[in-house]
Amino acid sequence: MFAPIAEAAGWIYRAVFNLLEWPMLAIQRLTGPQRIAWVFLLPNLVIFGAFTFLPIILSFFYATTGSDNILLADRPYVGFQNFSVLLNCENYLDPNSCQRDLFWRAIHNTGWFVVLQVGFMILFSLITALVLNQNIPFRGFFRSVFFYPVLLSPVVVALIWKWVLQRFGVLNAALEGSGLPTVNWLLEADWAFFWIIFVSIWAHMGFYVLILLAGLQSIPSDVYEAAEMDGASKWRTFSRITLPLLMPTMAVVVVLSLIRAVQAFDEIFVLTGGGPGSATLLVLQFIYETGFAVQPRIYGIAAAASILMAVVLLVLTLLQLRVTRNQAEGGST
Amino acid sequence: MAVVELEKIVKDYGTTRAIQGVDLRIENGEFCVFVGPSGCGKSTLLRMIAGLEEITNGELRLDGQRVNEQRASQRGLAMVFQTYALYPHMTVRQNLAFGLENIKTPKDEIKARVDGAAKMLQIESYLDRKPKQLSGGQRQRVAIGRAVVREPRVFLFDEPLSNLDAELRVTMRGEISSLHRRLGNTMIYVTHDQVEAMTMADKIVVLRAGVIEQVGTPLELYNRPVNQFVAGFIGSPRMNFVDVTVDAVDGEVVTVKDANGHAYRAAVDGSGLAKGDAAQLGIRPDHLDIGGADGHEVTVNAIEQLGGDSYLYCERPDGTKLTAHIAGQTPIKRGDKARAVFRPELSHLFRKDTGLAQKRLKIGEAV
Amino acid sequence: MSLGFLTRTRGRGRFDITDWLTWIYLFTAIFLMFGPVLWVVLSSFKTEAALQEYPPTLLPLAPITVSVEGYEEPLQLFRVIAGEHEGKVLAQVRRIGLMSQMVDPANPAEKLQVNINDRVPEREFALALENYTALFDRFNFGLYFWNSAFITVVATIITVLFNSMAAFALSKYQFRGRTIVFVLIIATLMIPPTINLIPIYLVVAELGLVNSPWGVIWPAVATPTGVFLLRQYMLTIPDDLLDAARMDHASEWKVYWRIVLPLSAPALAVLVIFSVMWRWNEFLWPLIVLSRSENFTLQLALNSFQGELQTAWSNLLAMTILTLLPITLVFAVLQKYVTTGIASSGVK
Repeated sequence: MFAPIAEAAGWIYRAVFNLLEWPMLAIQRLTGPQRIAWVFLLPNLVIFGAFTFLPIILSFFYATTGSDNILLADRPYVGFQNFSVLLNCENYLDPNSCQRDLFWRAIHNTGWFVVLQVGFMILFSLITALVLNQNIPFRGFFRSVFFYPVLLSPVVVALIWKWVLQRFGVLNAALEGSGLPTVNWLLEADWAFFWIIFVSIWAHMGFYVLILLAGLQSIPSDVYEAAEMDGASKWRTFSRITLPLLMPTMAVVVVLSLIRAVQAFDEIFVLTGGGPGSATLLVLQFIYETGFAVQPRIYGIAAAASILMAVVLLVLTLLQLRVTRNQAEGGST
Repeated sequence: MAVVELEKIVKDYGTTRAIQGVDLRIENGEFCVFVGPSGCGKSTLLRMIAGLEEITNGELRLDGQRVNEQRASQRGLAMVFQTYALYPHMTVRQNLAFGLENIKTPKDEIKARVDGAAKMLQIESYLDRKPKQLSGGQRQRVAIGRAVVREPRVFLFDEPLSNLDAELRVTMRGEISSLHRRLGNTMIYVTHDQVEAMTMADKIVVLRAGVIEQVGTPLELYNRPVNQFVAGFIGSPRMNFVDVTVDAVDGEVVTVKDANGHAYRAAVDGSGLAKGDAAQLGIRPDHLDIGGADGHEVTVNAIEQLGGDSYLYCERPDGTKLTAHIAGQTPIKRGDKARAVFRPELSHLFRKDTGLAQKRLKIGEAV
Repeated sequence: MSLGFLTRTRGRGRFDITDWLTWIYLFTAIFLMFGPVLWVVLSSFKTEAALQEYPPTLLPLAPITVSVEGYEEPLQLFRVIAGEHEGKVLAQVRRIGLMSQMVDPANPAEKLQVNINDRVPEREFALALENYTALFDRFNFGLYFWNSAFITVVATIITVLFNSMAAFALSKYQFRGRTIVFVLIIATLMIPPTINLIPIYLVVAELGLVNSPWGVIWPAVATPTGVFLLRQYMLTIPDDLLDAARMDHASEWKVYWRIVLPLSAPALAVLVIFSVMWRWNEFLWPLIVLSRSENFTLQLALNSFQGELQTAWSNLLAMTILTLLPITLVFAVLQKYVTTGIASSGVK
């Protein structure tokens, strides 16, 4: 059944090749066989230049200019005003005392979200990886069970849980049936916050389970046998052998999930929209709304907030590179 | 006291029976070597004693007490692994101390024992290094040190020298033997190398396909192999075998003839043999006299002269290959014809149907 | 034999506490991970009316109607649970206030009066397929699917092409400035596009790509992870192969297209899977760029439907299921590659 498709694909492949061979050969004559590398690099560099490098530079211009006009030429220079507005707080721990209270509420929410979501997700991912590392039957199936939600789009994930958490949804029906009190989950601030963490863990933990599982399986089994001969109890084996040898992988997982958590947006936006009120408003949603949703648009503030967020992410990413290199060299013999 | 007793030990993997029912008793302080070809079950047996494999059937006793259900960590044994299995994230010192920490030994005693073992094994200078900074031989010593420190009832060695180069192997062999002399513990050692077995063991257990073929001292196995398999396994180079038929049985000597009618005599008991029975005549390369005027005709196909020894690879007219090992150097050259003497008191005879050896009445080399 | 397989335990042949905990954990996981999705699947087959019920039934049920002699229209069946006619299954002719006029289908001549509280509708398992068909008739599902598919396929092709060309250049050539370019690309790993939203939007706007799928496609085709992944793999292709080809008068283009690219198939497959997954599920950037509903991707359409005042959950749920089906199928088929690809790249 697949044979004709494969054949057609092969034909197209060769056709494209033939089509482009002449121009590429001509180019090669110009550049020589070494410098033609630049030609191969060019498309990527153009995209990268136009859509990554240039915007980084532009974002500084946005952050230091005001008005609701998107064309840079028409924006007046305001220096660091946008930053000072954003960072102007009497008490940094109380968003209401800040000039831009919504921004600081988002910061607080994101802070709590990152700590709780990453913390619990790593915990559950580790437990799951340990469980799956045992000699259980149908291990591949169970791995898929945890990994499946990772594939679903954030919108789908949010809608699935929105449906479950409806006021008259299945969760409340089950609770009522068991004689327990029901809650209007997504409309109560604390519960809404709980659920964005829960759903986020639900949707992403499978990915980290896979990475941790690979880390666990890279520990040679004879080390465990030696520990058994050395009289180690299950707990001591875990705490003094498994965990230390897993540390490099754990570090990678923690940093990766921190980076993702700081930029959390999609499923939360669809699930709660940042509400009730601004109880589940996170930083990226703040930037999105300030720059693309509110009328008038406040590009300067949004850009300034983006840069602040970028600094945090930069630190985390440098950490990630360091930690990944550690893992590649360190660890087992 | 550390006596190890195996009674009717059986190991099944699903429907495959890996160990067919093994009975064995290892005395206190013995250096016992399990030897055999790949897949014979020697490692499985060791791991069952250690507690790393379940015993399907039969009883394992340590000092008279049944230990089948005891976990490996409770049995008071220590194992040296083929792959060393050192804890990669710990220093040598921590590797050595780990087992003692697990049983809550006081810190100063841990230090004393670790330092003692390190001194004994000459690894003091790298106590603070990590395994990946050590060479193979050093790691092996650390692995042994880890076992020594725990002062176990029995030491278990699972092919510990297989990953070392030849020269290092010889050195380590000697060190393990001297360790045994020093500590006096019961030691069970698994290897596929019969030279290691012969040089180190008090008692050798030869295994094949999950069955014990023979148990005995090295010389017992060398002089009185109970069947053709043991005869061919022990001794290097391998014993020569010639297809023969029984010709005459006469009290102290059995006469046999090969396919071409040449006669050989073996100083073995003839009971159970009748004229015409098929058999195999065995003679070790060290025991073939070559170079004289008497004996069976051979053509020398190849010669290896090592200076102190010479190995001659010969062929009888009917194609039977014979290997001879003589001391010193020889003027014999490739292609020469020579004569090989099969002295009766140095010959073995094995029945073709069972492979069992006929009892030797006179052993030329025995003391 | 299979029983032994199922009871494979941690050791000792006994079922110890760890094993109990393990199995409890695993079965809870199946319930939590698959449960919500299955619930949405079941719910998507219920009529809008059934969805309003509380507490909800497990399976999608619909009222049963029968045609009764003497009546033109089919009549709905009810089971009488109290009163005079308890236990019977009757068909309702009409309902007047608190009383229901019913007939026994076997005996349609006789009219019976039953209090409405004494009866419950007889229902049977029935799939409300109209939820799904309506998506195509009324809700333009085909259009949104096309938009998503177009973006996904085109973006993946371009991504694979551009990234493989760049990886080829960076792995198989020595040229001045190579290190700088490489460092630059790695540096962009540190800058997730999410923080560049506004200026990227400006660039897209200046290029006239707002509200166009191309505005969604172009900005993210130069993925640094893609280049990195492919380069790592291409480094393992022996240079001798390329030199041999060059000695056979192959142009550099030929070396790339006919040798390096086919040999990189495993890494390309991983990139394709990642790209498809990511593009199909993308949300924030399309949300920003695509403002007119006819350009919406499936994800945007889903989101906008649920924002409406009267959320038609019956259709929304059906659309949700259809949106997650393609990726589920891809996963079921290519499962092995996905999990090994992630395990190895995560470790990288």
